[in-house]
Amino acid sequence: MSGPTWQMYCPIPLDENGARITLAHGEGARLTRRLIEEHIQPTFDCLELANLPDAAHIVTDTRRLAVTTDCFVVSPLFFPGGDIGSLAVYGAVNDLAVSGARPRWLTLSLIIEEGLPLAVFDCILKSVANTANECCVSVITGDTKVVPCGTADGLFLNTTGIGELVDPVPPGPQSIQTGDRLIVSGPVGRHGIAVLCAREELEFDPPPSSDSASLIDPVAALRQAVGPNVRAIRDATRGGVSAVLHEWAAACDLTMCLREGEIPTSNDIRGACELLGLDPLHVANEGTFVAAIAAEAAEAAVKALQLLPQTQHANIIGEAKVRQIAPVTIYRTLGREQPLDEPAGAALPRIC
Amino acid sequence: MKYVDEFRDPTTARQLVAEIRSTATQRWVLMEVCGGQTHGLLRHGIESELRDTVELIHGPGCPVCVTPIAAIDFAQELAMRDNVVVASFGDMLRVPGSRNSLLNVRGAGGHLKIVYSPLDAVTLAQRHPDQQVVFFAVGFETTAPATALAVLQAERLNLKNFSLLVSHVRVQPAMEGLMDSPDNRVQAFLAAGHVCTITGIASYDAFVRRYKVPVVVTGFEPIDLLEGILECIRQLETGRKEVSNRYARSVSRAGNLSAQDLVTQVYEVDDRPWRGFGTIPCGGYSLRSEYRQFDAEKRFGHVSLYSQLPILGVEVCRAADVLAGRLRPTACPEFGTGCTPESPLGAPMVSSEGACAAYYQYDSAGRPPDLSQSKSDKSISVSPNSSSDVSTVATGVSKK
Repeated sequence: MSGPTWQMYCPIPLDENGARITLAHGEGARLTRRLIEEHIQPTFDCLELANLPDAAHIVTDTRRLAVTTDCFVVSPLFFPGGDIGSLAVYGAVNDLAVSGARPRWLTLSLIIEEGLPLAVFDCILKSVANTANECCVSVITGDTKVVPCGTADGLFLNTTGIGELVDPVPPGPQSIQTGDRLIVSGPVGRHGIAVLCAREELEFDPPPSSDSASLIDPVAALRQAVGPNVRAIRDATRGGVSAVLHEWAAACDLTMCLREGEIPTSNDIRGACELLGLDPLHVANEGTFVAAIAAEAAEAAVKALQLLPQTQHANIIGEAKVRQIAPVTIYRTLGREQPLDEPAGAALPRIC
Repeated sequence: MKYVDEFRDPTTARQLVAEIRSTATQRWVLMEVCGGQTHGLLRHGIESELRDTVELIHGPGCPVCVTPIAAIDFAQELAMRDNVVVASFGDMLRVPGSRNSLLNVRGAGGHLKIVYSPLDAVTLAQRHPDQQVVFFAVGFETTAPATALAVLQAERLNLKNFSLLVSHVRVQPAMEGLMDSPDNRVQAFLAAGHVCTITGIASYDAFVRRYKVPVVVTGFEPIDLLEGILECIRQLETGRKEVSNRYARSVSRAGNLSAQDLVTQVYEVDDRPWRGFGTIPCGGYSLRSEYRQFDAEKRFGHVSLYSQLPILGVEVCRAADVLAGRLRPTACPEFGTGCTPESPLGAPMVSSEGACAAYYQYDSAGRPPDLSQSKSDKSISVSPNSSSDVSTVATGVSKK
């Protein structure tokens, strides 16, 4: 319906007459080969990609691997604080990191809509490469398909991440016990609001910026400080903090009880949420995690996180209690414990 | 955050609660008119905190909830036509019509665009001259100035492909209808601050004289609401019946005159069908004859929305009783079982201002026990990592 909104935040000036992706780029013939040789391979300085094998070979340092896969359909492709390329790398890397793995390898698949300017394509590939570099992961294989104009929204990505598990691996939410503290690593709701404002052209000044970032260092800091006391970590993506806590509550059959006053939020995100009628706890993050930590180690965990600039606002936001009124509850203004609803969905589609 | 934090201060809130408790000598019956107030009362736990001291009846002030089914059905029908795009606030999407919701219609190939302002719909029409853009103009006096502005803008741009499906309603005639009803129990009103920001409060003088009830204008934050409740109870305890403005940071006596001018220029007061109420005399707005070319009902040759009156909800959904304050949402037999935000029977369960949605989201007492126990979820999470995005594997390859 609406025009291509990726233009708004695309950092490169677009030439109306510039080269664009055509269906022939995806047909496996000469143009496909040139797309790979001239655009993809030079961007990723990677031995595995150089010979275009059908499957990449990897040599691991450990017998225990973690694997994750994610599709990325965010609209617009560029938004304050990131783009679909960096998001696709952080998405896979963060899923590995919070699962207790050191991210090592990535696959990258591209579904490109006919007509996408090659300059935009290059810009996003560059973003993937830079982000992968920053996270010390190699893009080792991938695939490219082109679909006719109107059947996709510019560009869809898929990344599969492979990482090596590092002890101690958090045992997971079913191990959460009464009294465990719940920690959030930073202000909540930034990614969802940033993308929504960019897509709907809501004119907040300055525009809210996504928290999209790697969680490798914060998770490592947490492991180093309180390793065996970490019960579970999850990056609070779609559905936000509330969705993670509802899953955990179901897994351990306890109530996740929050205190509203302790939940870090920035003023711009709170303001936008008030205006749009959203709860920041329901809004997606892309560089913020929730952790359940044994009570005696919670203070040390927060202190360790606060030493990193990215997680300086980390805080204890609540604790696990015996199940009473609801799976997730919150103390608000009047100090009464109230249920926190599970996000019902559809409020913020296509944010990642 | 300014204008928010100071109105959510827990200490002040507790002081006000104590003062309300010590002032009230009986359990007075108050109605908050607006759905935004209902959500504030539930979200911040005020309703449950004061349940023994005041009975809060939740009023009809949810514009989405009172939009007639015929209007929703018509919007859906338009969305399915070739070259027609229905532009709507997101709130309307999941509201059930007689058979479907707009969201389902979009899934079936209907053309629907969510907008955040009526002017966005005008821009949409400008950008797509080959499409007919119909804006679903739902809302109280608060929204009418913005849709009036959209009409004037479309006229200025000479747009032939923009029109409004008007379902604007006016709040005071509905309050009068409630007071005139033989089963009325309301002893005082918390009037809606946003509406009064536009309309002012002068018109409530005659209302108070006629019906002899206190009308206290409030905002939507906990301190606003608690101050409003306290003022109502003070008036009731001392036998006063006055209009009181407890939202002075936004509401003036005269209101927003330029917004009122816009509305008067484009709309005329008209009898309007309300879902759950039937037709309310002077209960809404229609486009003036000069602007009829922007009326979607005229443009698309629809049988008038009035022809299907009285427009009540489907039989199972008791939205009519909820909206008129005769039924508490949690007392509805379908609440939380047959009717949830995911599969609603009526608008109050899905609208962001609906009373049923407020109870479902914020009130523990309102939930059936099986919702607070996660037994259904337990069966899914047999594998320890089933809820995780990552699977772990042990490989046969060891370090070489």
